[in-house]
Amino acid sequence: MISLGKRLAVYSFLVLGAALVVLPVGWTVSVSLMDTGASQKEPAPLVPPQATFKQYKLLFSRLNLARAFTNSLLVAGAATLGSVLVNSLAGYAFAQLRFSKKDKLFRALLLLLLVPSQVAMLPLFLLLRGLHLTNSLAGVVVPFLASAYGIYLVRQYALSIPQELLDAARVDGASEGRIFVAVVLPLLRPILVSLAAFTFVGAWNDFLWPLVVLSDEKLYTLPVALASLAGEHSQDVELMMAGAVVATAPVLLLFAFLQRHSIAGLTLGG
Amino acid sequence: MSERTAGWFFIAPALVLLAVFFVLPATFGLALSLTDWDIYAVGNPRNARFVGLANFKTLLFDALFWRALLNTGYFVVVGGTLSVALSLVTALALHAWWLKGKGLFRTVFFAPVVLTVVAVAIVFRNLYGFDFGLMNRFLKLLGLAPIFWLGDPKWAMPAIILMAVWKNFGYNMVIFLAGLTTIPETLYEAARLDGASSWQQFRYVTLPGLRPTMLFVVTTTLIGYFQLFAEPYVMTNGGGPMNATLSLVLYMYKEGFRWWNMGYAAAVAVVLFAILLGITALSRKLLSREEV
Repeated sequence: MISLGKRLAVYSFLVLGAALVVLPVGWTVSVSLMDTGASQKEPAPLVPPQATFKQYKLLFSRLNLARAFTNSLLVAGAATLGSVLVNSLAGYAFAQLRFSKKDKLFRALLLLLLVPSQVAMLPLFLLLRGLHLTNSLAGVVVPFLASAYGIYLVRQYALSIPQELLDAARVDGASEGRIFVAVVLPLLRPILVSLAAFTFVGAWNDFLWPLVVLSDEKLYTLPVALASLAGEHSQDVELMMAGAVVATAPVLLLFAFLQRHSIAGLTLGG
Repeated sequence: MSERTAGWFFIAPALVLLAVFFVLPATFGLALSLTDWDIYAVGNPRNARFVGLANFKTLLFDALFWRALLNTGYFVVVGGTLSVALSLVTALALHAWWLKGKGLFRTVFFAPVVLTVVAVAIVFRNLYGFDFGLMNRFLKLLGLAPIFWLGDPKWAMPAIILMAVWKNFGYNMVIFLAGLTTIPETLYEAARLDGASSWQQFRYVTLPGLRPTMLFVVTTTLIGYFQLFAEPYVMTNGGGPMNATLSLVLYMYKEGFRWWNMGYAAAVAVVLFAILLGITALSRKLLSREEV
């Protein structure tokens, strides 16, 4: 029914596309395993003549990338935990609990989606400076905790929880807090995994805000450390490539691990 | 605790955090743009003065600002269009019912989306290297002259666009794929019965069916691309060569956090806000006209 020519055209397009996506990644890994300068001579090799972990050792010994790695892990971990907790509480309340001014508040919340973070950035910096939170990891995490979009996501999902289920728990004498922990959280699991993946990747990859907040090198997150390294060692191609691998490996692994789930979850984040 | 009190307790943390760390600063951001807040005011806020619209007046005659706006517009229009087009074509190819290995292709195309922008920018900076970068080696293979990608004002922005398309197209592809599944198969069957060609099916069934998705994709892409920052920061040393890749957000960052002209930088942020608001309003209007 479908002509062979058409099938061939579609497959070639997709295979070529996949190759073009994979090629830079493969090249990065390959160059990161080369000795210093090995990729910068004629004829330039595509695979390492002699694979070595020299660049990685250098990154973790002399250049302290382990510290940046830990900072990134702390920032992304705290942002994820905080965001899941704060936004699931609010999202559930907006979906299922009856309280005054609820709808008005929710509509006001949605308006926040229209405001780009850059508008708040300069005053937020001044505010955090007043609170002595600039040049601290806490200052990096703070804007990630509550998110209008996260609340919206959880709310839409929580709308499907049957009210009777909650009322039954209330009749049994369960407190609202107990209901949230024992009944609601397990039901919200899928959306919370999405929210967690989305927040973790966002916080891990974020560049502008940590760049603004952090001035002490010891506190740099991976992207900031990497950008600064790229400024100082711009000629060390092999070293840079190893740095790029270290920075992306965790999110790529997380993505592979959560694959189906995280594609759905991450595209929710627009 | 009654349900009513619980409701307020549950939303309180989110509301307080949003109010203190977003609503308050965003509101103050508008006010900041009406002051001459500079490094002396960073030291002591009493040094800031209200200057009305003076910052915006200065912006009007600031060649560098117009340069940044123009560069960003170039990136948004060309990069955004290419990105959405590639996403759509790839989604259409992946949607073919007879295709095998769909999941694998989807995963591969989506993977760049999760990669750290800074890391990708560093990789592409080397990819664009004049002597040993893959791009020029490929050109050489084709018998073409090498290009000074990131050093030539003519080529620097196209180089960044190419990278952005590579990194981002998988995102909209997934959204298009979801949109494609909402178009009922019966519409295609009816079209085929009427003798519609593949192109006609695409033009008269697929495209109209994708309209809401398309509007969403175009809007979010425009908004996202307007916030270009990390790529020029890393790849072209902060907007070079000769400011060919200076973007609005990069300009804001430099004015605000490098030179501490925070009032002036806030004015740039307000302009960005106004543009994004305009885009959202326009897309809302288009969408509502669709529903009538």
